[in-house]
Amino acid sequence: MTRLVIELPVHADDRRIARLAALAIGLTLAEAALPSPVPGVKPGLANIVILLVLLQYGWRAAAWVSGLRVLAGGLLLGSLFAPGFWLSAAGALVSLSVLALARYLPSRHFGPVSLSVLAAFGHIGGQLALVGIWLLPAAALIKLLPVFAAAALVFGTVNGLIVMRMLVTPTPEPDMSPDILAGTRKG
Amino acid sequence: MTSLRAGDLGVLLTSGSLVVALTIWAWGGDRGDTVVIRAAGQVVETASLAQARTFAVDGPLGTTHIEIEPGRARIARDPSPRQLCVKQGWLTQSGQAALCLPNQVSLEIRGRTTAYDTLGY
Repeated sequence: MTRLVIELPVHADDRRIARLAALAIGLTLAEAALPSPVPGVKPGLANIVILLVLLQYGWRAAAWVSGLRVLAGGLLLGSLFAPGFWLSAAGALVSLSVLALARYLPSRHFGPVSLSVLAAFGHIGGQLALVGIWLLPAAALIKLLPVFAAAALVFGTVNGLIVMRMLVTPTPEPDMSPDILAGTRKG
Repeated sequence: MTSLRAGDLGVLLTSGSLVVALTIWAWGGDRGDTVVIRAAGQVVETASLAQARTFAVDGPLGTTHIEIEPGRARIARDPSPRQLCVKQGWLTQSGQAALCLPNQVSLEIRGRTTAYDTLGY
């Protein structure tokens, strides 16, 4: 009898992406518990993580973290493949595409706030485009556009400022104790 | 890294004006662009709201004077006894109408979307 052993080599990069994705998923879940005046208006806290990943580890890592967040967030919230999931995916896709271009902006003049605001507009733009094509006739959306755009501006700015602050104090990533990561921290 | 850079301010300003523009566009109502003038139920004139013009339309009681300015229009003078259509003042939004019933003249503003398919008086 031969035992078939499939080995999937795990690199440090994989662990890092998994850890950061877990962080983003946690924020997504926490945010889902917040009441929101208008459906769809959310702070987008997970974008803080995506942006930090983009600035520190590059666009590929950010795309992985974002994709994992959407997928696992959908699983955990019970909305996998439901309309909300597809809206989230569309938003993440457009947001990442915007960031793919925006990261080439000269960093002397454009900081995290620019990236965050652009990503936020990309996010809401992708979601609204899908809603307009798929769920609601576009005419009904027009009256909601200013609300979503204002939310994107405000939350994008706030998230960008948070990212800016976090970049000032370097993350103590190598010292992060393994039991925090494993979720077995003793209280 | 500690402060906003010039480009950031540019992005914020651009986004801010985008929000303002969207608000005006979506919530500002449908400003009309065409004037339709009727006498005794028949359309006698369809004019653009872009240029200032005046019209004189004859009805059973006399002549109704209509004044168009860029973006707005009104009944300037009318022989009707109660002057209701004159008192309505300037009309700007699509779907608004001023009716001078005794003289059978009406002024209606039209825009991108018509609020009603038809109005019967």
